[in-house]
Amino acid sequence: MSELLQFLFSGVTVGAVYALVALGFTIIYNASDVVNFAQGEFVMLGGMATVFAHAAGLPLPLAALVAIVGTAAVGVALNRLAIEPARGAPVVSLIIITIGASIFIRGAAQLVFDKQIHTFPAFSGDDPIRILGATILPQSLWVIAGAVLVFVALWLFFTRTLLGRAVLATSNNRLAAQLVGINTNFVMTLSFALSAGIGALAGVLVTPITLTSYDVGLTLALKGFAAAMLGGMGNPKGALAGGLLLGLLEAMTAGYLSSQYKDAAAFVVILAVLFLMPQGLFGRKSTDRV
Amino acid sequence: MKLTPKTATLLVLAALVAITPFFFPSGYYYRVGALIFVNGLAVTGIVILTGYAGQVSLGHAGFAGIGGYACALAPVHLGLHPALAVVLGAVMSAALAWLVGRPILRLKGYYLGVASLGMGILISMVLNNERWLTRGPDGIDVPDLGLRGVLKDWGLNLSNGEFWYFFSGIVMILGAWAALNLHQSPTGRALRALHGSEIAARTVGVDVSRLKLQAFVISAVYASVSGSLLALQNKFITPDVAGFMHSIEMVTMAVLGGAGSVLGAIFGAGILTLLPQVLTVFAEYEQMVLGLVMMLVMIFLREGLLPSILRKLRGTGE
Repeated sequence: MSELLQFLFSGVTVGAVYALVALGFTIIYNASDVVNFAQGEFVMLGGMATVFAHAAGLPLPLAALVAIVGTAAVGVALNRLAIEPARGAPVVSLIIITIGASIFIRGAAQLVFDKQIHTFPAFSGDDPIRILGATILPQSLWVIAGAVLVFVALWLFFTRTLLGRAVLATSNNRLAAQLVGINTNFVMTLSFALSAGIGALAGVLVTPITLTSYDVGLTLALKGFAAAMLGGMGNPKGALAGGLLLGLLEAMTAGYLSSQYKDAAAFVVILAVLFLMPQGLFGRKSTDRV
Repeated sequence: MKLTPKTATLLVLAALVAITPFFFPSGYYYRVGALIFVNGLAVTGIVILTGYAGQVSLGHAGFAGIGGYACALAPVHLGLHPALAVVLGAVMSAALAWLVGRPILRLKGYYLGVASLGMGILISMVLNNERWLTRGPDGIDVPDLGLRGVLKDWGLNLSNGEFWYFFSGIVMILGAWAALNLHQSPTGRALRALHGSEIAARTVGVDVSRLKLQAFVISAVYASVSGSLLALQNKFITPDVAGFMHSIEMVTMAVLGGAGSVLGAIFGAGILTLLPQVLTVFAEYEQMVLGLVMMLVMIFLREGLLPSILRKLRGTGE
């Protein structure tokens, strides 16, 4: 029982991170139909920039803020410099552009930062909390609380504010949104900034647990993408459910089957979802007009 | 006699393979050349899948891994001749492509990309983890093909580098020839039709999902054979051959050079194979430059490098 609970804790922690990455995919996909494979690099940037800003003498909260704002700026730059100029390009080209961007960011990070593995102190100490025979790190609670906060804030933003509704309108139908006077270019910029900022926040929260280095982005991007697919691409609720489910699956695979194949869970899930329910758990059925 | 594009392409490739060695300053360049041809073969498969049929695969390296490890394992465990191991790898890749592709290719959009990505990563994970069979990440020895010895007996004495240069070159040209034949066949026309508009193609009676599946299976065979050639010429193979980055490399090579034509894609393979060789001087910047090149070409030269260059040379916007 305590064993299962232990796996649950670690699954939910990792799952919360995947959910945040998947949410980043979802926001950009909704705004621009682009699957942004550079999403994992935002997580890496968040962690690495915090490490270096902290080492440069900034207090941790300020360092984290600098990292998140800086990464959001990188997201905006990615949109302005690489995605917008390629508007209307075929899917292959867009995929290659975002993969190129991810390789570029990784290469730049390796120069600007370094190739070492880094971490910074956990926010509220390293003493594990005991619950029913299982333990959980205080930092895990930070991760989970952070994810919950982001989802609630976004939900409020999308349903209660005019700007949030403008983003939803743009993702529904770009041309129609333009016609009713929504500045869709600004919506795109906002989406990339939000998505990059959320990625960076995930990086800040999880670095004390998983450590970080310049090359952690790719795996996270693939896992987050798997989570988004599992929940149904383009659906924020799906991103949350998909992320948590994937984290739990991984933790259970590692615990009960084989830790070597824990990473395989994500990809087996992708294939199973595609074979059995291509729309994902929460995706809408889409039809084409002729 | 009027030169058809097919003959022209094959002549250019043959001339390239035959003439460039005269300019090689050292034996090392045979090795680089052979590598370009092996990659050229793989991207010819991508041309069929992406250029003709308009589908994207992000896991083709998985098939290269199957082809490569077939050459390492089948001779030892099954007693097959390495040449037959190449065939076995190709058959296995084709079967796997068929299994994965059949349910996926009924769907539209980037689903094939996603499914193949998952498949490729699972293959590379198995190659990394099943140490009892594959010896894990350190890689495994591959037996000699034996063809060079046969040629020697016939009086044709080639160095190892020279042999693999010409052999890979010839296989690549054969691959290009097959792809160009496909291009002109009714199947090829149907493939291009579905690339143009799936709905229109369906309306005139093209069996869209069957054709996409065919293209996927054929391109998997190309990738598998290229993986086999790589393993045989290095006499060694590691799971990296099946890695995600290798899949990305294949697609990038094809799209960079121009996925619409065999020559363009092979040109892309040449550029991306040479780039790291040139960039070893600034190894630090290699990743940045690679990423930058990928983005710039896709943004500014959407059809790929070769078609854009040719258009410039003709001096017209058409």
